[in-house]
Amino acid sequence: MAALLEVEHLRIEFPTRRGTLVAVDDVSFSIDEGEVLGVVGESGAGKSLTGTAIIGLLEPPGRVAAGEIRLMGRRIDDLPYEEIRKIRGKQIGAVFQDPLTSLNPLYSVGRQLIETIQTHTDLSPTQARTRALELLQEVGIPAAERRVDHYPHQFSGGMRQRVVIALALCVNPKLVIADEPTTALDVSIQAQIIALLKRLCRDHGTAIMLITHDMGVIAETADRVAVMYAGRIAEIGPVRSVIKEAKHPYSHGLMGSIPKINDTKERLDQIEGSMPRLTEIPPGCAFNPRCPHVFERCRVERPELLDAGATRASCWLYAHG
Amino acid sequence: MFAYIARRALQSVLVMASVAFVAFALFQYMGDPINQMVAQDASAAEREALRRVLGLDRPFYVQFLVFLKNIATGNFGFSFRVGSPVAQIIAERLPATLELVFVAAMFALFIGVPAGVYTGLHRHGAMSRFMLTISLIGVSLPTFLIGILLILIFAVLLGWLPSFGRGQTVQLGFWSTGFLTTSGLKALILPSITLGLFQTTLIMRLVRSEMLEVLRTDYIKFARARGLTNRAINFGHALKNTLVPVITIAGLQIGGLIAFAIITETVFQWPGMGFLFITAIQFVDVPVMSSYLVLVALFFVIINLIVDLLYFAVDPRLRVERSVSAH
Repeated sequence: MAALLEVEHLRIEFPTRRGTLVAVDDVSFSIDEGEVLGVVGESGAGKSLTGTAIIGLLEPPGRVAAGEIRLMGRRIDDLPYEEIRKIRGKQIGAVFQDPLTSLNPLYSVGRQLIETIQTHTDLSPTQARTRALELLQEVGIPAAERRVDHYPHQFSGGMRQRVVIALALCVNPKLVIADEPTTALDVSIQAQIIALLKRLCRDHGTAIMLITHDMGVIAETADRVAVMYAGRIAEIGPVRSVIKEAKHPYSHGLMGSIPKINDTKERLDQIEGSMPRLTEIPPGCAFNPRCPHVFERCRVERPELLDAGATRASCWLYAHG
Repeated sequence: MFAYIARRALQSVLVMASVAFVAFALFQYMGDPINQMVAQDASAAEREALRRVLGLDRPFYVQFLVFLKNIATGNFGFSFRVGSPVAQIIAERLPATLELVFVAAMFALFIGVPAGVYTGLHRHGAMSRFMLTISLIGVSLPTFLIGILLILIFAVLLGWLPSFGRGQTVQLGFWSTGFLTTSGLKALILPSITLGLFQTTLIMRLVRSEMLEVLRTDYIKFARARGLTNRAINFGHALKNTLVPVITIAGLQIGGLIAFAIITETVFQWPGMGFLFITAIQFVDVPVMSSYLVLVALFFVIINLIVDLLYFAVDPRLRVERSVSAH
């Protein structure tokens, strides 16, 4: 399969008065057509920023300082505003964390759907409305004919996230960036929403970049997973391999901190310390002060992503020769 | 919805009754109007006779009830000074004030809202900073000073615009309008700028801060992620969400324009109600003063009612509906 999205050596900087903060540093990955890539990491690891950069919505003063983002071979990170706008929604859809605030409270959901459809297609208002109805049915809104004219406040959180998904998928984008799509929802609704997103994307051949800190969601949904730490990718590889036999000490620790159903342990494993602030990232490997396997090279030289069996990990433990 | 309107209408009636009472009570303590009406050497008997004719010898509450009954039937009494019915005097002056207020309000809205949107969108632009600085003048300079400065520049030094009066007016039924003649329109420019400048800058600053607030929200970010055009986002999604507070303030301010017209009308010798009111105060012309106050209160009440109804038009969350929320 051809790579749909390629991110190479992406670096995102925030110029501040006290110097430049590097929030995302030398991040490279790709997503194939129809593939689900999970991106996990702690808050501030740069997951959301990477997603935001792909759709060109970084808030100034944040900016892409180096690297390239390519969609179907076409470079999109340096496009003029109008060009990237035409890609947003049409080729790359987005679902954000909080469905309660993602919809404009003053317009009916139908109007917001029709507006998005008409922005990207030549459909007439009647056709766009028919399409909006189909979409609402597809995402499982009961009595869609009636609900299409309702306002966001008349929907529950789970229903609103369904509407948001309908909006993100309304013109069949190639890729959906789902940034913590279930974090704000009831646990009972979360699984439904994830299942819905997965089913729809499979039906339409849409790839998903699923940003979350919920390893359970990743395990169920993703084909591959990228673990991010302090603005860098620590490990990337097939989801089974990363969960079962994580190679990078950080991802290994992360997996160890997930409770297992048959476990008799009193306490969960935890990684000592916390992720460094952007101003205090140590030289060498960003994880070295917390790493149980740290050795001299980790403190001076920064590791690239290296082959580590089934996955690729940025760790000197896997430097051969 | 109808229950709501009925409730608001009832409240309005109560408000009006209280205003009428306050207006009436105030002027009981404003000095004796008889002194202004009779000659210096009038005898005590002559004064008493006049007092009886005007009904001023009766007890306070009787006078008030008569006043209430009269205004409820549209009879505002007779001016002590001019001797003609107050309703007629006000009807002559009302068009001048309302036209002035209308132009000033349009000026405030059509300059203030776009300027607010612009400065909100281009927060760091040089033009925005310039506009914000200029707007400080509008907020901080008193009305009479702005009026006098405008007269000095445009009427005295440049001689482009008249410094006083309404110019030529055309009579349309009972309504005398200055909109149909060149001199009438020219005469409107300076007074309406003077009157509307404060409101313009206030609305501009309000729209700006609301825009900054709304542009940070998730639904604007999501609208961008949907690839909507900037125009649709800024004017469709963002501006509409700023409207509720803007309508509130704009409504109050239009009421304020009617009240503030007193100063502007005095500066420009504008033959409107404010000017009438000032003259009435000088002559302790109680029926004119109280009618004026009642009328201004009526405008406030009507504007507020319209504002409340506009909320419903703008914000669907306020519409009283059985919301059908399902999981």
